[in-house]
Amino acid sequence: MRTNFKIWFALVLGLISSLAHGQTAEDAIMMGKKQWCNGITYMHSGWNEYWEGTTKRSNQNLGTVTTQSLMLMSNYGISDKLNVLVSVPYIWTHASEGTLHGLEGFQDIALNVKYEFYTTRLGKGNLSLIGVGSFSTPLTNYENDFLPMSIGLGSTNLSGRLTADYQQGIFFTTLSSAYVWRSDVTIDRSSYYTDQINYTNQVAMPNQLYSNLNIGIRKSNLVAEAVLMNMYTFGGFDIRKNDMPFASNQMNMTSIGAHAKYFLPFVTNLEVIGGADFVIAGRNVGQSQTYTAGLYYVLSFKK
Amino acid sequence: MRNLFFSIAGLTVLLLIASSCQKEVTNRNSNLPSLQPVNNDLNAGTWRTVLLSRPDSFTVAAPVATNSPLYAADINEIKSLQQHISSDQANTIRYWAAGGVLRWNEIMRGLVAKYNLAAVQNADGSYPIPSPANPLAYPLFPFSNPPYAARAYAYISAAQYDALVACWYYKTKYNRAAPYKTDSSVAAKFITKTDLPSYPSEAAVLAGVTAEMMKLLFPGEIASIQSKAEEQEEATIMSGAATRADIVAGETLGRQVAELFITRARGDNAGKAVGTPTDWANFVTVTTSQGLTPWYSLESPKRPPMLPLFYKVKPFLFDSATVVSLRPGPPPAVGSDQMNQQTDEVYSLVKNPSRGNIGIVEKWADGTGTYTPPGHWNAIAADDFVHQNFSEVRWARNMALLNMTLMDAAIVCWDIKYHYFNPRPTQLNPSIKSLTGIPNFPSYVSGHSVFSGSASTILGYLLPENAAKYTSMASEAARSRLVGGLHYRIDCEVGMTVGNNVGNYAILRAQNDGAN
Repeated sequence: MRTNFKIWFALVLGLISSLAHGQTAEDAIMMGKKQWCNGITYMHSGWNEYWEGTTKRSNQNLGTVTTQSLMLMSNYGISDKLNVLVSVPYIWTHASEGTLHGLEGFQDIALNVKYEFYTTRLGKGNLSLIGVGSFSTPLTNYENDFLPMSIGLGSTNLSGRLTADYQQGIFFTTLSSAYVWRSDVTIDRSSYYTDQINYTNQVAMPNQLYSNLNIGIRKSNLVAEAVLMNMYTFGGFDIRKNDMPFASNQMNMTSIGAHAKYFLPFVTNLEVIGGADFVIAGRNVGQSQTYTAGLYYVLSFKK
Repeated sequence: MRNLFFSIAGLTVLLLIASSCQKEVTNRNSNLPSLQPVNNDLNAGTWRTVLLSRPDSFTVAAPVATNSPLYAADINEIKSLQQHISSDQANTIRYWAAGGVLRWNEIMRGLVAKYNLAAVQNADGSYPIPSPANPLAYPLFPFSNPPYAARAYAYISAAQYDALVACWYYKTKYNRAAPYKTDSSVAAKFITKTDLPSYPSEAAVLAGVTAEMMKLLFPGEIASIQSKAEEQEEATIMSGAATRADIVAGETLGRQVAELFITRARGDNAGKAVGTPTDWANFVTVTTSQGLTPWYSLESPKRPPMLPLFYKVKPFLFDSATVVSLRPGPPPAVGSDQMNQQTDEVYSLVKNPSRGNIGIVEKWADGTGTYTPPGHWNAIAADDFVHQNFSEVRWARNMALLNMTLMDAAIVCWDIKYHYFNPRPTQLNPSIKSLTGIPNFPSYVSGHSVFSGSASTILGYLLPENAAKYTSMASEAARSRLVGGLHYRIDCEVGMTVGNNVGNYAILRAQNDGAN
């Protein structure tokens, strides 16, 4: 099984994109048939600098903006090749300075269907190809027009992902990319300014591409990896100088991090995970530092 | 390999379906029908103007005869333009045909939103002040905050109104029919034919007066506004509604009327409303000397108060003595039981906000990067006016009434705010966090409440069938400031009353302007 330490992936100005990163749609590990993994991940993410368009700045009226989340995740192996993953996060936001009110609530439920459609022996290792179809949608009608304090953007997303994984001995490399189609969202205002005035409460959300490259070691009881991630938004506009962020900004980001998961030797089927990720480049996002920790338990219905 | 093939094919189909879904959102002001006035208001040349002393203060020469070669040349220009109308040109005609007052008002709201950004502080913690002499340098001029915006909407609307009254005066005086009436081979393209005389062109009057006013109000936008004005004029000619001569006469008249308003604006004290560091300090001194707690900025670093001398701006609907007479009594003193109770109420309402309350706060926030509360009430009015089939001159009259009301509401509200200089709830209890940005000026009384109370009053007079709706919208706007953590209840309640009182002056004007 795999756990979710990729929730930070979509951290945008302190909020978590509603993309279905829930479980690790983006890794190459499959649950076996009739195995059921459940767990919870805590995430703490904060930034005190952000990119206003391409210009990095701080803001004394925000201080450090912190997002915390607790994510419930469930992953079931329908077969060794076909897994279904569901995740539900609860999110809190907070600004250390200024007067803006933090918000909290359930964000987006995500459903992923993950299918390992091709495996082969290649050289001295194994190559596998995995496709993932994802759907996510807000669980509640949370406020999406109060960034950076909003807990999400409110769009319903569909995504298709392709993952290639190569493992030789304990060493592995994973390359994965997802194209995310995002629905329009509705805001409480009847008008808003992007790079022009818009007389509607509907906001067109530009689509996105998420990519990740993972390199590390993978054994039966341990995975440790270095992770490079990128989020790119196809369009959208830049935050103007001293303006507030908005749902349809062009939010781009690149981060590096290290993740690990480990099956505890003294308790059967109990796994701990941890990770740290740092945004190194971005546009209209916070330069967040994100830490995750989680606990997962695998049940097997196999005889 | 079959699995591989089917998976990739399936994924591709999924993505094609997803990416083919429509992403464009439709603005509610697109695809409006062309203006079809139920009444051309042919007596509008006699309506009471704002600044223009007489409707014929500016002379518009008589048009050339319709059997003259000059007129024939103008008609030929229209005919040749109408031979090849591209779809873009057709859309431009349709856009302007919905109404020039409407479209310029929408453009204005867009400009206000574009320029409604407070400056970032300097390295030493001071704040730069926008300069009209250098509008394109940072910080851009203007900072179209609510008082600035209210005044800008008012000047544009009032100037448009006076210019159209003059336009109507000459229309009826010369009574020259539109090209699509004088020449059977000129079509009315994408517009509705009316019996309104076309000389001088009301579209060109609007283009001219608005473009001229913008030089003062949004000097960084002169080029873009000029191109909009030309677009409106060319579309009007192409539509068959006006000849080149109708346009030239209209634009000249519009620009002349604008000069009157520009002269007034240069002397209305708005240019001095920013104040000086001495002025800013003086508010604190005066308040403290009365044994009261002065307001301070909740921004970091502390920002000078927004346009503290705006209360000295010359109003449209009444004189400056009336501004003082509209000032309510003081708020409860800081530290009094009553004030503590007011503060506690704000805290209890905003501590765990309901989704419903958050929604109305964001709906009415009209803060940074928006067209401001006055712009919001312009949008509300315009959304209803488009169903009324007003003539251009009645559109202008009603928007002028609304916007003179909102500007005077801003003046009265600023007088109260800076007379009492009362702290915001968060200043008295820092654990009060707000659901939108806290505006950088004193609390008592709520600007949203004064704006909304005044606008709903005049709009309820203009469209009585909607009066209850406007009252309930105004109440919601006022309440949004309480549940958003920005204002005490008393700020909202007293502000609403003050707004209603301002609105009544507009009703008085409307009852006597000859347009009823």
